[in-house]
Amino acid sequence: MNKARPMLYTLSTCVHCKATKRFFKSQGIIYDFIDVDKLEGREKEDVRSEMIRLSGTVRFPTIVIGDTVIVGFYEDKIRAALGL
Amino acid sequence: MRTVEGMFEEMKKIAEEEGYQFNPVQEDLDDILQGLWDNMHRYGYGSCPCRIASGVIADDMDIICPCNYRDADLVEYGCCLCTLYVDDDWIAGKKTHDPIPERRPQEYFEKGYPGIMEQKGAGDKDMAEVYRCTVCGYLCAREEPPDLCPICRAKKERFEKFGMK
Repeated sequence: MNKARPMLYTLSTCVHCKATKRFFKSQGIIYDFIDVDKLEGREKEDVRSEMIRLSGTVRFPTIVIGDTVIVGFYEDKIRAALGL
Repeated sequence: MRTVEGMFEEMKKIAEEEGYQFNPVQEDLDDILQGLWDNMHRYGYGSCPCRIASGVIADDMDIICPCNYRDADLVEYGCCLCTLYVDDDWIAGKKTHDPIPERRPQEYFEKGYPGIMEQKGAGDKDMAEVYRCTVCGYLCAREEPPDLCPICRAKKERFEKFGMK
């Protein structure tokens, strides 16, 4: 399993993003996240472009675990990528 | 300033009149409504809490709640993208609670919702389908007629295609 911390691209307003963060916490997994809606100007554009590079979309949550990119809160896919 | 509860009261009234129902899981419903309320206050319009807003109302016109994609998603998946609106099958667990696909085209996220002159039916472009409620005469231009007529509450079967050409 990849040792890098999982990265979550989220919206502060999104119910599915909240559920994803809750899931990571419940599993005791430390993760990084960006609430993209809280960013402004250039920074927001850069993160949007990064997301499009990763998955072709700007959907939330986008979850990066090692080389795996998961778009949407699919618990089974996240478990598999985390080796849970 | 209007409260989340005040906002929801108004939404409930319309939903009841039009035959829509909300997510019955209180915790999720509260989160969704809070997200919608946050968007309403920071952008000045209630864009979908699960989609990234541009902050420009014209570009986000299709994702202001209820979004343009709600009815089609309710028919196909039993819920809208953020799961604010759900149907009986979804509540009963007959439909998956996994995330549903995004119906909004990716280019709208990049360029915004098309202006009126770029839409179907504008200028010499192909006309959108128009449906007429045979009970009250209500007309709507969209892919499918609504499940219930928003004016007289007649059912979908009472709509017919209406020639505009």
